[in-house]
Amino acid sequence: MKIDMSYGSGGKQTGNLINDIFLKHFDNKTLNKLEDAAVLNVSGNIAYTTDSFVVTPLFFRGGDIGKLAICGTVNDLSMMGAVPKYLTAGFIIEEGAEIETIDTIAQSMAQAAMEAGVKIVAGDTKVIEGKGGIYINTSGIGEIIKPGISISNCHEGDVIILSGYLGEHHAAILSSRMGIENSIASDCAPLSSIVKSLIDENINVRCMRDVTRGGLATVLNEAAEHSGCAIEICEEDIPVSKEVQGFCDILGLDPLYMANEGKMIAVVPVQEADKALGIIRDNKYGKNAAVIGRMMGGKGVILKTRLQGTRSIDVLYGEGLPRIC
Amino acid sequence: MNMCVAVPGKIIEINGDFAKVNIMNNITQVNIKLVSTKVGDYVLVHAGVVIEVMKKDMAEEIILMFSELQEDADEDARASKR
Amino acid sequence: MKTLEQVKDELKNYDGKPIKIMEVCGTHTGSIFKNGIRSLLSPKIQLISGPGCPVCVTSSSYIDRLVELSRLEKHCVLTFGDMMKVKGSEYSLTEAKAIGGNVQILYSPLLAIQKAMDDQDTQYIFAAVGFETTTPIYALMMDEILNKNINNLKLLTSLKTIVPALTFICENEEGIDAFLSPGHVSAVIGSNAYQTLREQYKKPFVIAGFEGEHILAAVYEIVSQIKSGDCQVKNMYPSVVTEDGNYKAQKLVDQYFESTDDYWRGIGVIEGSALSLREQYRDYDAGSVGRIQEEKQPIGCRCTDVILGRIQPIECPLFKKVCSPLSAVGSCMVSSEGACGIWYKNI
Repeated sequence: MKIDMSYGSGGKQTGNLINDIFLKHFDNKTLNKLEDAAVLNVSGNIAYTTDSFVVTPLFFRGGDIGKLAICGTVNDLSMMGAVPKYLTAGFIIEEGAEIETIDTIAQSMAQAAMEAGVKIVAGDTKVIEGKGGIYINTSGIGEIIKPGISISNCHEGDVIILSGYLGEHHAAILSSRMGIENSIASDCAPLSSIVKSLIDENINVRCMRDVTRGGLATVLNEAAEHSGCAIEICEEDIPVSKEVQGFCDILGLDPLYMANEGKMIAVVPVQEADKALGIIRDNKYGKNAAVIGRMMGGKGVILKTRLQGTRSIDVLYGEGLPRIC
Repeated sequence: MNMCVAVPGKIIEINGDFAKVNIMNNITQVNIKLVSTKVGDYVLVHAGVVIEVMKKDMAEEIILMFSELQEDADEDARASKR
Repeated sequence: MKTLEQVKDELKNYDGKPIKIMEVCGTHTGSIFKNGIRSLLSPKIQLISGPGCPVCVTSSSYIDRLVELSRLEKHCVLTFGDMMKVKGSEYSLTEAKAIGGNVQILYSPLLAIQKAMDDQDTQYIFAAVGFETTTPIYALMMDEILNKNINNLKLLTSLKTIVPALTFICENEEGIDAFLSPGHVSAVIGSNAYQTLREQYKKPFVIAGFEGEHILAAVYEIVSQIKSGDCQVKNMYPSVVTEDGNYKAQKLVDQYFESTDDYWRGIGVIEGSALSLREQYRDYDAGSVGRIQEEKQPIGCRCTDVILGRIQPIECPLFKKVCSPLSAVGSCMVSSEGACGIWYKNI
């Protein structure tokens, strides 16, 4: 059954959509009240963020737009040393979208939210003219349990850990578009459990960042610039799966600039690097974590190539394809 | 699309003018009209088309390349002694 | 047998007369940076970029024609991705799209065939740009168009050939001691294609692949040749390059295309440097032939000097100060294979 403009009118059909799909899957006391706003109890400083998701196709190997929408916001909160608690979800649906599709997406969101330990406490739905597209915005609140984590907090000598293989999300999305068959799946995942373990085990994390659009290169440049350091990384240490590398070779892409949806960097003091690496590797989303480099004096990001040459790494400029997240 | 971006892959299936190529476990359909090839060949793929059949493994080639450099240097040394 | 370490050591410590090597392939430019090759060489060995970026040397009027076509009713321009941002006299294709032009990016020209068959109400034009690696693919496309009787797909061509460009450089530029020849172009045209150049200009032409080791070995070979006063065409990519090249591909290209003069953006007209559809196939041409006209370069832009290897991108006064990938003055900065664009992102 297809969505038409009447589903956005705020009347009976909107109510049905909310009850039959969103309340059914997101079910929690706060949301079920369906007040104009959610009343929440939070303690201490909070982290607060928002993100919008416009990926096509809606479903891909390893995930879907719903899972992305939850994990994306959960991860942004986690990167600030916060425990994600509450999310909102706003839907903009083009007429022609199938109700079954929305149901599947909502179910996926509920599963992701459960894994990440968050509740979706408020939402909104709008229907617009179009051809069946679906767009989601999520915003989120988390309680900060470790203050001071910041992109400008890194010191010379600190070690940079990357939580796993690069490029999987980007490659998974592009593979289906380009008709290239492989088993690459999006790495879409919540990173909150990795972050919680690092903090619970008293790792003195300087900064964390999830490696999304713009890729590792962009994130490292931000860290170098805001912390007033240089970064040196080694090509041979950067985890990239053979399949993703082959995919990149076909299209002339560079894994350093590809989007991920379940990878992060953690910058930690050198004496805690081994312990931090062990903690991340113990987590199911960090099995392939590796130390990829360190902060140094100077500026910019330098890569030591396989042949022991050096190469300067800049941020992503204008490329990358549309609608990958 | 880059002027020269081409990548080696292995032919795993042929269907007339088309073939399936395995490039590090990525399978893609390519046009083979510009070459004569068979299943099992390693080929160079550019923009969806095979432009050449590879005559040897690239790793093998690199080893051979370096051994030939030595021969050149030795020849130069011999030549200068004459 | 020389090891990689020995080769690296000798190249790093080279202290003979300064050597200037021109590489003429955008993919080589990229590979050199990717592997950090320059940092492995003595400062007396200089690698300079040449006219190896087909998008960079495509004329402004070519882009204008594409923009014009994209804005016609029931027309659609199909192109490779890196043509999108190059400016014509007014718009780039990205900008044309933003004002309603119909432009789509394709990974392979052959996908255009299915597109044209699926939608016979639209007139499709493929922006056929490239050097000899890509031209055979357009010839294949012509085969398909004729075999399948497709009458809603045309080509707008800007197909350049490398040997006339190298000839132009050898004739007009001094100070280049040797050439790193493009690996995959050579796979198609064959290593013998460079013999006439070698004989006439007495410079080494070494064909290299794209792995770091290929490039180091090729540079080593060039240095060895120069040290011994030699000048040979040496094929250091024998896994894919033969003396005669890909005969099937050459024959197919020859069936549909003929050699014509062409205007190279930033350089001027080079005789016999392009391939255009033969007279009998002109119905499938969307207005490529007869477009040659001199064009003024933007004020202060030194793309000409970069393309001809007279200066490195960092020597252009606009580089990084006024000209950047997001706000490019010249075509060398905007293309993914342009020397300035590659340098900008890698230094």
